[in-house]
Amino acid sequence: MASKELRKKANLIRQDIINMVAAAGSGHPAGALGMADIFAALYFKIAKINPKRPNWPDRDRIFLSNGHICPVLYATLARRGYFKTEELATLRRLGSRLQGHPHRTALPGVENTSGPLGQGLGQACGSALAARLNNKKYHVYCVMSDGEQDCGSTWEAAMFAGKNRLSNITAIMDRNNIQIDGYTEDVMPLEPLRQKYESFNWRVIEVDGHNLDEFIGAANRARKIEEKPVMIIAHTVPGKGVSFMEYDYRWHGKAPNGKEAKKALKGLNAIMDKLK
Amino acid sequence: MNPRLNPKLYTKKVELAAARSGVGQGLVEAGKRDKNIVVLCADLAESTKTHLFAEKFPERFIECGVAEQNMMSLAAGLAREGKIPFVASYAVFSPGRNWDQLRTNVCYNNVPVKIVGSHAGISVGADGATHQALEDIALCRVLPNLIVLIPCDALEAKKACLAAAKVKMPVYLRLTRPKTPIITTPRSPFKIGKAQILNPGKDATVCASGPLVYDSLMVAKKLKSESISVEVINNHTIKPLDKKTIISSVKKTGCLVTVEEHQIAGGAGSAVLEMLAENFPIPAERVGMPDAFGESGEPRELLEKYGLCCSGIERAIKKVLKRK
Ligand SMILES: Cc1ncc(C[n+]2csc(CCOP(=O)(O)OP(=O)(O)O)c2C)c(N)n1
Ligand SMILES: [Mg+2]
Repeated sequence: MASKELRKKANLIRQDIINMVAAAGSGHPAGALGMADIFAALYFKIAKINPKRPNWPDRDRIFLSNGHICPVLYATLARRGYFKTEELATLRRLGSRLQGHPHRTALPGVENTSGPLGQGLGQACGSALAARLNNKKYHVYCVMSDGEQDCGSTWEAAMFAGKNRLSNITAIMDRNNIQIDGYTEDVMPLEPLRQKYESFNWRVIEVDGHNLDEFIGAANRARKIEEKPVMIIAHTVPGKGVSFMEYDYRWHGKAPNGKEAKKALKGLNAIMDKLK
Repeated sequence: MNPRLNPKLYTKKVELAAARSGVGQGLVEAGKRDKNIVVLCADLAESTKTHLFAEKFPERFIECGVAEQNMMSLAAGLAREGKIPFVASYAVFSPGRNWDQLRTNVCYNNVPVKIVGSHAGISVGADGATHQALEDIALCRVLPNLIVLIPCDALEAKKACLAAAKVKMPVYLRLTRPKTPIITTPRSPFKIGKAQILNPGKDATVCASGPLVYDSLMVAKKLKSESISVEVINNHTIKPLDKKTIISSVKKTGCLVTVEEHQIAGGAGSAVLEMLAENFPIPAERVGMPDAFGESGEPRELLEKYGLCCSGIERAIKKVLKRK
């Protein structure tokens, strides 16, 4: 898929996110919107997956560690054909397969239950190690956030991946500089992240998380690196595409009201028009 | 009118407030009274209402980032130097994720760290099972030296917070997320380890913990019209348990229903029944989560679905009465 088509997909995913979170009346729009481009690229271009066979044993695994951004996961899965887009409207409702935080056994395409932060990379390491033990060729992706870099468990997993040279892992960090209580560098300074991962025996590639060609290039390179796990630090804008949410940590976990949702959709539609 | 109860309790005008707001205010008051009070939080200041303390005493508010395990160890270190640390997060993360630090650094060291676990129970709502702590009472009540408190409303939560600040032991304070009815009054007594009989009765005892005390009282009122007299106990201290009040109540009524927003296994009901099995065994039913994870939904819908509500409590009372 050409990157212009991917940008259109990402735009639709962003509209879905706004509609879902607004209808639910709660949820996490900022991180979800910021990762829409990367999710479109991962699910429509990079990963070897088959929505008709969500449990295909040789599929690439995509773990989501920061489960709160699941609106972007659900919207992407629906747009990719794992289930009908109509179901997106049930987010967070009683009986829905679209749980407030993703649940592995609830929905096809969800590789791991998450929500409690800092536990995705460890599971991705386990899956990558199993691939090695089972002589499987699948690649393991792990989407994670910058807030999760506060968690000790993240670094336990990073150390393990480095020790075992789990080169079949590509981790993708949403470097959007926000968490709940404020900007990451105020709450708990993380920099220099590149050097931290490099010293843990990872290869690090930094990209603009909204430049699809750059991200796709990095992901393709990462697959070919055979001696180390790869961390793609994706510099993103939280709330990307919705002017009044961009860069504002207060939209981490707050739903837009009806008026705000309308405004957000109007802006996204205007962006879509330019893509046509 | 019983002076211990909110005069509006049985009316539609009963006020609502979140227990975590009560603790937020309690912390500010405790902070004014004692300079040694410090508050630690792991990237959840507003949700845990510790931002109120942070605004008043920024130098005594410690932001730990998303690092609950380290937060607990830090608190243990502060406590051994004479500070009185309150660590606040969601109950699934604290005392969930950092239970070993709680066990060894806090309880075994026996230093007075106070753990504020908010968003306990299924009434967390839409965030779903991952965020609904239904195991935290079990985790805490097995730890030596740890006091376990479950306030029934925001006013009691504030008092429990102030009592926790004073007692020289580790304390777990369990709180729910939504606004729930105010059951007590600012002047109602609160003493750690002293359960309160909020509605006297003679046919059955309901021993409830947390905001479900309200539902229990409503059921007692309803059953009165069916000539069933229900004694309702606000069992706010799970450890140390008020054996005397509970035993003397069931000696009178001859049967018991326990009520809590927690797994049936290992919770407040288990604590009460273990104690009664050794002292005064009687027929009993437990209202709680039936060995299941929660799910997303509106708090009210979820409480109803799992019977953590008036109808569930009423069913349990009628069932246990038949077993007398
Ligand atoms: C272990 C753990 N502690 C606390 C939380 C509550 N929490 C949810 S999201 C979040 C902040 C995360 O920052 P980040 O993931 O970077 O958020 P975003 O950029 O999406 O706003 C926190 C503390 C959690 N989910 N897990
Ligand atoms: Mg972030």
